[in-house]
Amino acid sequence: MGVVVWWLMTQSVNTRPWEASANYASSEDFSGRSFTQPNAKLGLYVFLAVVTSLFALFISAYTMRMELGDWRPLPDPDLLWLNTGVLVLSSIALQWALIAAKREQVDSMRNGLLAGGFFAFVFIGGQLLAWQQLVDAGYYVHSNPANAFFYLITGLHALHLLGGVVAWGMTTIKVLGGAEVARVRLSVELCAVYWHFLLVLWIILFGLMLST
Amino acid sequence: MSTIAHDADDFVASAEVPEMELYHPKTWLGTYVFSQDAKVIAVQYFCTAMGIGFLALIMSMLMRLQLGFPGTFSFINPSVYIQLVTMHGMIMVIYLLTALFLGAFGNYLIPLMVGARDMVFPYVNMLSFWIYFVAVLVLVASFFVPGGPTGAGWTLYPPQAILQGTPGAEWGILLMLVSLAIFIVGFTMGGLNYVVTVLQARTRGMTLMRMPLTVWGIFMATVLALLAFPALLVSAIMMILDMTLGTSFFMPAIVSMGQPLDHTGGNPILFQHLFWFFGHPEVYIVALPAFGIVSDLLSVHARKAIFGYRMMVWAIVVIAALSFVVWAHHMYVSGMNPYFGFFFATTTLIIAVPTAIKVYNWVLTLWRGNIRLTVPMLFAIGFIFTFVNGGLTGLFLGNATIDLPLSDTMFVVAHFHMVMAVSPVLVVFGAIYHWYPKVTGRMLDDTLGKFHFWVTFLGTYAIYYPMHYLGFLGVPRRYYSIEGTDFIPESAMSLNAGISIAAFIVGAVQLVFIYNLIVSYYRGREAGSNPWEATTLEWQTADTPPKHGNFGKELPLVYRWAYDYSVPGAEHDFIPQNVPPSSVEKGTNETNQ
Repeated sequence: MGVVVWWLMTQSVNTRPWEASANYASSEDFSGRSFTQPNAKLGLYVFLAVVTSLFALFISAYTMRMELGDWRPLPDPDLLWLNTGVLVLSSIALQWALIAAKREQVDSMRNGLLAGGFFAFVFIGGQLLAWQQLVDAGYYVHSNPANAFFYLITGLHALHLLGGVVAWGMTTIKVLGGAEVARVRLSVELCAVYWHFLLVLWIILFGLMLST
Repeated sequence: MSTIAHDADDFVASAEVPEMELYHPKTWLGTYVFSQDAKVIAVQYFCTAMGIGFLALIMSMLMRLQLGFPGTFSFINPSVYIQLVTMHGMIMVIYLLTALFLGAFGNYLIPLMVGARDMVFPYVNMLSFWIYFVAVLVLVASFFVPGGPTGAGWTLYPPQAILQGTPGAEWGILLMLVSLAIFIVGFTMGGLNYVVTVLQARTRGMTLMRMPLTVWGIFMATVLALLAFPALLVSAIMMILDMTLGTSFFMPAIVSMGQPLDHTGGNPILFQHLFWFFGHPEVYIVALPAFGIVSDLLSVHARKAIFGYRMMVWAIVVIAALSFVVWAHHMYVSGMNPYFGFFFATTTLIIAVPTAIKVYNWVLTLWRGNIRLTVPMLFAIGFIFTFVNGGLTGLFLGNATIDLPLSDTMFVVAHFHMVMAVSPVLVVFGAIYHWYPKVTGRMLDDTLGKFHFWVTFLGTYAIYYPMHYLGFLGVPRRYYSIEGTDFIPESAMSLNAGISIAAFIVGAVQLVFIYNLIVSYYRGREAGSNPWEATTLEWQTADTPPKHGNFGKELPLVYRWAYDYSVPGAEHDFIPQNVPPSSVEKGTNETNQ
């Protein structure tokens, strides 16, 4: 919000909206776009703000609920560390694909995309396995709020990743179908941005669950 | 549906792409049903929201039947009554007002007013409407499940919302929560569109500070909604889990119907925090578009520039920011720390400052204006009165100590109906009378419109003014019947009967409005392209109603703000935004195109 307000300041102070002028309309100074990024990228950023709000609220609910007496922390399976590593690999692979896309290297881009998607699937599988381990150890979703939050937060994070996998799938199909790099570069970039965001989000969530 | 599977970016025509590059559907289904034209989507939103809103209006009539004449109508039993209360509130706030202001007015006005061909992601926009439509269907479905819709009150507080004994605890509450979650998904899609369109698709010359205040209001409301609706989603998801999987996010250890339940240790107050973190910004999600629209109506029909344009923009921004730090003033009676209450009372009263700035500026816009008392203008002026009246009782309720005795009385009902129900609805009506000529090409009937205005305006006062007195007497809200209560005098009953009669009259007059909407579509007077002689871009389109793509071959170029009315020295009393200074010097309003 602060950033938004500051940005609006720069847009509105020292303007005289009541004065008519031909400047803006005739020159190239003002083309009607506030940002040079493509619309889809800006759309993604706005969406990431919404997701940030969603998870920030979950985290605040988590900390509020934690205060109450019946909170029994559950052991974090070691598998989660491995999963975190896999998600990092996934992010790195997509970054690699993006760099390749910028250099017009089709093969590396394709490999990066495929590796990124592969690791994403491994991550989701790993998360399911972690759930299985906890259930086997008797940590059911309804037996304690700490368990409930664990399943809820990890589940929602995985769902967001699955949403990303849909976008990744559409991009990959185009790439495998032989689309030119220029046509898919933006899609690859958006995937990479989204993956990095989910990685940072996961590290925050994991840190929260480790520390409590 | 024909092929529409391309990247959103492929067919976006923003200001830098003056030629028509929009997706053009070839089938009837693609043109009118799964349309990607923001204007058609706006009409779809409008019709759906008005339809479900009319249902909620009928519910309020049934509630008034019970309150005014208790015991007369046997089909309204206590369960039905509380279900009516719940669904009326939820539908009006979310499925009517939010959908109408952002979905209908947002879709219609944003692209036209900023000079864009369409929203930037038309396909996502189409999905947004249909997801909203599914949310409405799920909501309506809850009337037909065993146990009926939920009767938890629109705030859906746990634990009572999901306990046996509350109407709709079997299926109604679940459908309600699922419907809300679907609504939020659909809204997020629409909201991304509105924000990115305003930021990226304006035409040349349309700087942010030249945008009409309508666009500013809708834009900031969308930003608010995008950040606030997740709180509702979080609480809905957690309540669904409490209900279906037996978790204890909100559910404390509790004995229900003599049986201890499995829940332990949950925190119902946590739900209240989450709900109101959404619920308070929601008030401004409804109010900010109304503020913006009413500013434009006043300026157009008073033939005068809006007073303090930059201040108006900043007031909108400040109100939006503050609305996130006042939520707990809905929870003064939840047993909070007094310092906490003090903080929220202070922030609440601070919001009065930017709001009062807006009211002063509206009044100063009228001052020495060349006021044309058209129907939209009547509604706009009616809004100022109602909003000030409703806002003043907010000063009472915003103070924690004064709120305690008034909480959960009819005083609260009167307050929020005046300030966030009647006021925005008056703006909705004004906006419909104002923009109907652009949407359909025909004028609404003036006489019927004036009749509609006066009965609605005076009628709502007849309904809500007396309610304040009922609140002072201590008449509680949401009660099925107050008969035989010692501290409530007999006169309160007569007052209730009077309120009900006023409500029926106001309700019936809305039929005249619907009649006007339908008949004028076929027989209304031809409007021409700019019947109000307004300056904003939507009135400068080549065709009325505007075709897909909004503007003709070339996008308009903007040379001035939206408020050049009665400019000294100019030949005409209005100068459209796309008229260059050179034309004004020549005494014409010709554009370059």
